[in-house]
Amino acid sequence: MKKKLAGTALLWLGLSMACAQAADPNLGRNLAATCANCHGTDGNSAGGIPGLAGMSKAKMLGLINEFRSGAKPATIMHQLSKGYTDSQLDLIADYFASRTPVGGAK
Amino acid sequence: MSAARRGFIKGTLGLSAMAALYGCAGAGKGAKGHVVVVGGGYGGATAAKYISMWSEGGIRVTLVERNAAFVSCPISNLVLAGEKQLSDITIGYEGLAKYGITVVQDEVTAVDAEKRMIRLARGGDLAYDRLVLSPGVDFMYESLPGMASAAAKENILHAWKAGPQTVALRKQLEAMPDGGVFAMTIPKAPYRCPPGPYERACMVAHYLKQAKPKSKVLVLDANEEIVSKKGLFTKAWADSYKGMIEYRPQSELRDVDVGNRTAILEFDQVKASVLNVVPPQRAGDIAAKSGLKLINNRWVDINWLTMESTSTPNIHVLGDAIFPAPTMPKSGHMANQHAKVAAAAIINLMSGQPPSDAPLVMNTCYSFVDATNVVHVASVHPYDAATKQPQPVKGAGGLSAAPTEMEGKYALAWARNIWADMLT
Repeated sequence: MKKKLAGTALLWLGLSMACAQAADPNLGRNLAATCANCHGTDGNSAGGIPGLAGMSKAKMLGLINEFRSGAKPATIMHQLSKGYTDSQLDLIADYFASRTPVGGAK
Repeated sequence: MSAARRGFIKGTLGLSAMAALYGCAGAGKGAKGHVVVVGGGYGGATAAKYISMWSEGGIRVTLVERNAAFVSCPISNLVLAGEKQLSDITIGYEGLAKYGITVVQDEVTAVDAEKRMIRLARGGDLAYDRLVLSPGVDFMYESLPGMASAAAKENILHAWKAGPQTVALRKQLEAMPDGGVFAMTIPKAPYRCPPGPYERACMVAHYLKQAKPKSKVLVLDANEEIVSKKGLFTKAWADSYKGMIEYRPQSELRDVDVGNRTAILEFDQVKASVLNVVPPQRAGDIAAKSGLKLINNRWVDINWLTMESTSTPNIHVLGDAIFPAPTMPKSGHMANQHAKVAAAAIINLMSGQPPSDAPLVMNTCYSFVDATNVVHVASVHPYDAATKQPQPVKGAGGLSAAPTEMEGKYALAWARNIWADMLT
């Protein structure tokens, strides 16, 4: 009996922690959708601008940091990348890394 | 059953209640119902696609649009300049079928928010669980008595909604004699596409410089100064169109003498060979006349977490029709971003979950200064809980340093991608 109650308590605790981490589990999806105007729906570019679908998280965050620092020259990404917090970019990078590129790289 | 077993069941029930409370049961899963979207532009088409796509077809979506195809305002100044054709900026709605969206070509004549019904001009009544209005702007011709008749509106064009007016204004430019004056009037902000009029001045001058070099472009601006990208446009006019573009600030249009193609200002009258009047604007008719709370009697007041009207439940409004948050432009790009906030919120609400408390929208706006060189302005606007609206991030966003051909390529790629994001 004691064991069961402890298990329930642990479950409660785990759930509360998961909830505290992300109030809306779709926040990463929603934030990533703000990139789609230029980079394509779900990061699948229609051409002319790099796609982001399937890009590894490390690569994306590396590029963002280079845009932010100015190490990598840009026309616009040096300005836009500064508008997102690190935790927002983390969620966005997770989301795009989880996407499957459609029809290969463009 | 033992006491322990009962206790465990109680605990489990508590868990599911808690999961619901925190939105942890996979928000958006199991969303059901019918959403009707009115207006198939940058806001409405995006909303229709994302509601259907993100709810995995759980929410049935009907898109009502009066036109047979989407025609883009962005890039339409290139059509005026003869650098693009109308067909280059026109896209059909067929691509939305694969998301299971029903597209209805019809005109909405009334909204009954109590009964959750809209009335169509031809198709009868249509019931909704939630309604998305993305009607763009309509023009306040009531401030210009000379423009009241249909004949006046066919003669003095706005070309501020892309389509037949774009083609007609192009024809007027083609018919204009060399040495003529193209005059355009700009209303006081806010209006659709803040840099659009200044881009138009560039693109018309770009055409005239080649085809009719003795001609002049006269910009009559009701505002105190250039509203957007001021330094970049001022420099482009001096560098590329010196002596051709004349800019007059604080020149609000009071009326139009249509027969004489004359703009009547407070202290002056300006006769033009081609007169292009961009009238003052307000929320599109169906939003402005459906009893939704308006600000300044012009723009719909919305809740920024859901894009829902502050006065009328279950009606969400997007794009140019809303009262904007600080520094937020009325742009197609922004309407697309509004649509995604609304789509996410609607799916959560229709599956019994609260909307996200941390939405974010951003803007990118490219302007052509000639056929190939482009400048941008960009900004990022996360929701701010203290002011209950999106606020621009200081130190982020900004302008181009100068017009470049590289940004010209990106501007066209932006168009291709955002059109695909809406319609395919």
